Amino acid sequence: METNNTNSFEPKVVAFVCNWCTYAGADLTGTSRIKYATNVKIIRFPCTGRIDFMLLMKAFANGADGIIISGCHPNDCHYTSGNFHARRRWMIFRNLLDFIGMDVNRIVFSWVSAAEGAKWAEVVNESVDQFRQLGPATAYQKLIKNSEFQEVE
Amino acid sequence: MNNLQQKAQQLLESGNYGLIVGYEKGTSGKARPVFIRKAEHASKLIFDESCDQNIAVYLYRQEIKHDKKKVIVANHHTLKSIVELAAENQVFDGDFMVLAFAENGDIIELNTFKEIEKHVATLYHGLTEAEAAMMKKIEDMSLEDRWAFWENEFSKCIKCYACRASCPMCYCPTCTVEINQPQWISVPSHTLGNLEWHVMRAMHLAGRCVTCGQCGKACPLELPIQLLTYKVALDSKQFFDSVAGTSICADNALAIYKPEDHENFIR
Amino acid sequence: MERKLLTKDSYRSLITKLIGQNYQVVAPVKKDTMIDFLKISSFDEITEDYIVTVSSAKTVAFPRNEKLFDYEKQNKKLTQQDYDFDSIPQSVLIGVRPCDAFGFHSLSSIFCWDSIDKIYTTRLERTTIIGLSCNKADDYCFCTSAKGSPGSTAGSDILLTKMTDGNYIVEIVTEKGAKLVADFSDLFTADGGADKESLLAKVAANFSVDDVLAKINSKFEDEAFWTEQAMRCIGCGACAYVCPTCACFDIQDESHGGKGHRVRCWDSCGLSLFTLHTSGHNPRENQGQRWRQRLMHKFSYMPDRLNTIGCVGCGRCSRACPVDMNIAEHCMSIIEN
Repeated sequence: METNNTNSFEPKVVAFVCNWCTYAGADLTGTSRIKYATNVKIIRFPCTGRIDFMLLMKAFANGADGIIISGCHPNDCHYTSGNFHARRRWMIFRNLLDFIGMDVNRIVFSWVSAAEGAKWAEVVNESVDQFRQLGPATAYQKLIKNSEFQEVE
Repeated sequence: MNNLQQKAQQLLESGNYGLIVGYEKGTSGKARPVFIRKAEHASKLIFDESCDQNIAVYLYRQEIKHDKKKVIVANHHTLKSIVELAAENQVFDGDFMVLAFAENGDIIELNTFKEIEKHVATLYHGLTEAEAAMMKKIEDMSLEDRWAFWENEFSKCIKCYACRASCPMCYCPTCTVEINQPQWISVPSHTLGNLEWHVMRAMHLAGRCVTCGQCGKACPLELPIQLLTYKVALDSKQFFDSVAGTSICADNALAIYKPEDHENFIR
Repeated sequence: MERKLLTKDSYRSLITKLIGQNYQVVAPVKKDTMIDFLKISSFDEITEDYIVTVSSAKTVAFPRNEKLFDYEKQNKKLTQQDYDFDSIPQSVLIGVRPCDAFGFHSLSSIFCWDSIDKIYTTRLERTTIIGLSCNKADDYCFCTSAKGSPGSTAGSDILLTKMTDGNYIVEIVTEKGAKLVADFSDLFTADGGADKESLLAKVAANFSVDDVLAKINSKFEDEAFWTEQAMRCIGCGACAYVCPTCACFDIQDESHGGKGHRVRCWDSCGLSLFTLHTSGHNPRENQGQRWRQRLMHKFSYMPDRLNTIGCVGCGRCSRACPVDMNIAEHCMSIIEN
């Protein structure tokens, strides 16, 4: 990682992407030799429709500072409608997280097609910048730490 | 004997009906669900403002499966839940009759789902003023305050699952919390697991919650968890124009889509 | 039993001194809308405006989650960090109602049945229980039907009874209680001989638990009776979790990667998962059978095997129940049917 300043915070980022568009797009980013932030760990899914909101909760619980979710553009879903279903789910989920006081800027949603290698690099770089500015997910980490405890509450 | 009790007695005496699910007076004057099979017990039935519990949860219980045709005394929460359960094919047309009440107290007999749906259309759908005020109070908080508010509430949850058990829409024979490969939700009741549980419960009720608030009423620790499902219900209405408990043939908001669904956060 | 007097000012001093001496002081506190046992850092947090708290005092000795040990696996090498008994604090439990205090007796009989549960017993050993007699009761209370009373000393180390002038009658019940009084002897004065009975709440004895004990075994096979009794029950775990004598627990491993810990957490026989076998078979397949188990455990198995009743008549389960399964009423149906 290119950091000279040891104090600078590097966010841990998980990307949940669909196999058919964004994963292929990310592949293209690589074969096009476009550089992008290395903070991101990509997890490949068959379809954005398969990305359960609980996976996002688990990512945060396991120390993610930010999450990227990406799949095929509307009307381009390999399974016709998986991304449309996913979109509805995210609309509800994002607002619910906001309602319980989670910063929804820690989750970035995007449509990246197999041809958009450059867009993927851009999405990742900008997201990582955004997460870096937000700093570590301390609120969530504090809650996890408090959860370890038992005793009389 | 009041109208309801007389009606109940007649129905049971007629031999056409085997069970009446309604309300009776419980401890300290609180209303509670009651199951009446004998005409001579019909005088136990009550129906007043204290009967605000949603009792649609009993309609699909195994224990009443073999009873002859059933009757349910329904308040407006119960009615809406019956419509939503009908839309999700969990209850069946003709299995039971509903006794609802007009504003003047008259008993309305509803025999088919069509009739129930028509009656429900005349009811108010939405939050009460007090409930709306609670929502606003939370929405007006800063992000940090909201987080602190819910962290405090979730830390108290003992995971008794009274919220789940009392919700008519939580009818899954196996709940996600009972799955342990992988273990989605921790079994111990710590704040993180509790948060995940309540987020999951709300998400699974998106487009299905009829905003009866039974989950919150059931909570022994009085956590305002009904607000979470209210939130997803309000959003379903705002985004998808979907209000649960209004139509017996509506598809669930999250099970369908429209290509023109509009959001402003996906880049 | 030795009696003393504690003025309200001395009571405040006592609690303040205990907190100052690093005791963990746990007392009924009004938090948000509910009153529950919480760790306090000042006397003013205590409330006495309750009949019973929502959750029982058992959390002090049997918390809802108890970490048993930590483990870490690195390069095939497993290291384990055992339970740290030194971490269990010296506690003083304030404002425990006599029903709740007696609950520890039933709870202990389970945790010390064959093998001694060291964590539970150590926690309890390091806890001094200062009871508080009841001056009011509600429709859910039935301690007098379950061999208790609003002023019973059983289970408490010290029992306080509030007098009309705000001062307290002190009854020193155990050696542990005597030690605490001796440690702060300057705060306690000679007993004024006030009549304790007249200060207590009146709880009508509507039935005798002995009749339930005598009858319940004969009802075991009456499936229709239990189905009918449990019709209303929706199968949540609220009753068991607030109960001062319910001791069922689950053991869970919580791990992240190669690191984790094993936790003991509450479980309830009312939940359908409780008895579900791996094969998919569930020996208690309906709520009637699960409700029967709950009552049989309290009124048959515990009296038979542990020589104690599993119900202290606090009525918590009935208060917490979303559908008003009033346990006293169910006891009476067992006697009547």
